[in-house]
Amino acid sequence: MDISNYLYLSALLFTIGAVGVVVRRNAIVVFMCIELMLNAANLAFVTFSRINGNLDGQVASFFTMVVAACEVVVGLAIIVTIYRSRRSASVDDASLLKR
Amino acid sequence: MLTAPVLNYSLLAPILVVLGGALLGVLVEAFLSKAVRPAAQLAIALGTLVLSFAQIIRVRNLTSLTAAVNSVTIDGAGVFIQGTILVLAFIALLLIADQDNFAAQASAVPGSEEERSAIATGKIQTEIFPLTLFAVAGMMLFPLASDLITLFVALEVLSLPLYLMAGLSRRRRLLSQEAALKYFLLGAYSSAFFLFGAAFLYGFSGSLSLNGIAAAITGGQGNDVFLLIGIAFLSVGLLFKVGAVPFHSWTPDVYQGAPTPITAFMAACTKVAAFGATLRIFYVGLSAAQWEWKPIITVVAILTMAVGAIAAIAQRDVKRALAFSSIAHAGFLLTGVLALNKSGLSASLFYIVAYGFTTIGAFGIVTLVRDSAGEVTDLNRWIGLGKKSPFISGMFVLFLLSFAGIPLTSGFIGKFSLFNAAYETGNITVVVVGVLASAVAAFFYLRIVVMLFFTEPTNDSVTVVIPSIMTRFAITFCALVTVVLGVYPSLLLNTTQTFANFLK
Repeated sequence: MDISNYLYLSALLFTIGAVGVVVRRNAIVVFMCIELMLNAANLAFVTFSRINGNLDGQVASFFTMVVAACEVVVGLAIIVTIYRSRRSASVDDASLLKR
Repeated sequence: MLTAPVLNYSLLAPILVVLGGALLGVLVEAFLSKAVRPAAQLAIALGTLVLSFAQIIRVRNLTSLTAAVNSVTIDGAGVFIQGTILVLAFIALLLIADQDNFAAQASAVPGSEEERSAIATGKIQTEIFPLTLFAVAGMMLFPLASDLITLFVALEVLSLPLYLMAGLSRRRRLLSQEAALKYFLLGAYSSAFFLFGAAFLYGFSGSLSLNGIAAAITGGQGNDVFLLIGIAFLSVGLLFKVGAVPFHSWTPDVYQGAPTPITAFMAACTKVAAFGATLRIFYVGLSAAQWEWKPIITVVAILTMAVGAIAAIAQRDVKRALAFSSIAHAGFLLTGVLALNKSGLSASLFYIVAYGFTTIGAFGIVTLVRDSAGEVTDLNRWIGLGKKSPFISGMFVLFLLSFAGIPLTSGFIGKFSLFNAAYETGNITVVVVGVLASAVAAFFYLRIVVMLFFTEPTNDSVTVVIPSIMTRFAITFCALVTVVLGVYPSLLLNTTQTFANFLK
């Protein structure tokens, strides 16, 4: 199989994630879309690692996973706090700062 | 046989000291009693920053200049930026430590019984100090990082604590939590772009290091489509962090919602760190591909200067207004990135210092203007404040004049040297727009001066609280730096010229 197909898949996943962040309203779903984008980048890293014939890309994908896990910890903490004080996780409801 | 990599701990010492101090702060938070905790946390945080600064002075004189298997480069500009971040963080910490600005228990629901009892019994968390130190460690690594993984990790290490810190305000907690949510979602979104760009730059060059990418661009053997995608997406991530148009929309919301001392900290230190990294990436990694990215970054710089200066006029909230002014300053700094020469780098370093101190000073004064419900940020209620407290208002005017770039302040010298560097490289358009944007911004700053001093006061409930010794020191120090750098710029200009080099 042509290895560049993995790059197309990666670009597709990234686009789905990027569009999802813009159109979805629930903070958790928005966050899942961001995770999808990070995983798309991971897939690109691993594919390029295969294409370039060195291991740097695979190492990078491990770092990405760790950082993504940290991001989940911080992100869910913020989303849960805002849900507890507003009883809603919709990003549209959080609009006090708009003038 | 696997050999362990040489990390060169002594060169990494400035960053490691800060991380160590942050971990110590976490332990103190867990084990010390609430009576001694605030003082202990402040002492640890300030001590850590001083110790780290001493390490920087030592590292400066060492000869081996890369650490951690070439993923961290210790060179003149990097060390200078690290030192700047440390001094700015020290001043910002004095503001952070000062008053009851932070939520007693961040997890308690606003207005709940739990929150009231936490404040009444003094069960007040002080995790803001370790969080600040973690953010400082990330900021110190970011401008030194010279491969894409380290850049990404440093970017997250500096961002994640900041997302939390933005949500910790004691008053107006809903606004603060909303700011944290927006900052987090948009920040994570932009770092995904950064990472995707990094993946494609790796795909182009087969190397994660900036030098490897530069070599691949010069060699011209890679796939140019990958290079272009990589530069575009990586730039989106960076331009978001520095708050450039069209990726600026988070800036006013977050600056307004976050607790003011945190706003001061992130406006100054994050921008210094992000510009340090941006300068390194474009000067070291991508300078050979300048014909691909220069036109785009030129447009971004022009838009950033124009939008920042014009939108600031329409603002009625002082924190939002300062946020738009910081956006305009990001545009001015981008002209330094475009210059791509030694004088551009040196001017950028000077501008970063001048901007950082002025910003912390201005936000420091915002923390002082209060009524019974807390800080007053509505500009209409600042009318006539100069009559009530001329000294503090005068300081604020000084900072505004420096933002506007009026002679005898540090802002003037910064703008002059930046535009001069841009002019040398023949980038006339940017210089013209920059000067025009400065003029527009000056109108806005002078309007505030008129409001403060030449309009009769209407509202009597707004007062300037007497600052504590820490805030007083912080604001006075910032004012001194602003004036001294304006009157004797050669003090710093000589230093920035010596330090203005990137190790390629």
